[in-house]
Amino acid sequence: MTWFDVPDPFDERAGALPVKLVVCGGYGAGKTTFVAAISEIVPITTEAPITEVSIEIDTGAVATKVSTTVALDFGRISLDSGLVLYLFGTPGQARFRFAWDDVTRGAIGAVILVDSSRTADAFASIDFCEARGIPFVVAVNRFEGSPHHDLVDVRAALVLADDVPVLGVDARSRADAKGTLIALVLHALHGTE
Amino acid sequence: MSPRDLEPDASDEGPALVRPYALVRGRTRTSRTDVTPVESIVVTTHLGTTSSALLERGSILRMCESPHSLAEVSARLHLPVGVVRVLVADLQGEGYVHINLPAARHADGSVDRVLLERVLAGLEAL
Repeated sequence: MTWFDVPDPFDERAGALPVKLVVCGGYGAGKTTFVAAISEIVPITTEAPITEVSIEIDTGAVATKVSTTVALDFGRISLDSGLVLYLFGTPGQARFRFAWDDVTRGAIGAVILVDSSRTADAFASIDFCEARGIPFVVAVNRFEGSPHHDLVDVRAALVLADDVPVLGVDARSRADAKGTLIALVLHALHGTE
Repeated sequence: MSPRDLEPDASDEGPALVRPYALVRGRTRTSRTDVTPVESIVVTTHLGTTSSALLERGSILRMCESPHSLAEVSARLHLPVGVVRVLVADLQGEGYVHINLPAARHADGSVDRVLLERVLAGLEAL
């Protein structure tokens, strides 16, 4: 670091430390809604370029590599004057799995949102977090009119370890989003003991 | 090859992607070995505020006079993350921006407990 590289000491945010949590889950599980409920900015979307091997749905044949982009939406929460939490919603579809590494690298934890009518959509996210040792909690988004599964049933259906917290949430609720993030950080803390 | 392969993808923005990568002369990696995390915070330095950098470089410097994460820069300037990474690394090399990286992990890959407790306290105070 040289003299001109030093940030402005009069801007208290200049030295702010970023921390990151990711919000994963299947398509339509409510990731963007969840981020919007707690973010101090309107969730914004950026594009991460990727090269993917696309699989023809009809034939099952693997097509040639094509370049495409993955939309990442994210929000921000200023926790104290020197700490900023970023929430990244990761692309839900399993075919974007290789893009998850870039987004999740360094994340202190993950919220896996589950649509209770499509619990199987969460498997890819759960496998990913388990394989990389990312602490996670499962938040079952209770849409109006969706089947009201008992959380115990969801835990069994997802074959979760006993210590993984499972919460029922309304992804639109700021209080629920806050409670979910607190449960996640507590879970991550438990893992450091 | 099926006829479908020849059809342009409806979601493909075509030339829109070409120019951003031309900006960085096709580079998608910087000379640095580590990939700058998407949550890294970019701040324009005093020297940066006096720079006459133009176009996207200038936009980044103006935007980051108030600190923004790499992902926010990407989203607000409509540039792919990979392009912003390269531009920001160049600007850092010239002393025009400072990059706040996330806290380093412990050797075993675990997150610092004190940091987690600070995050917890911040969330509880929301």
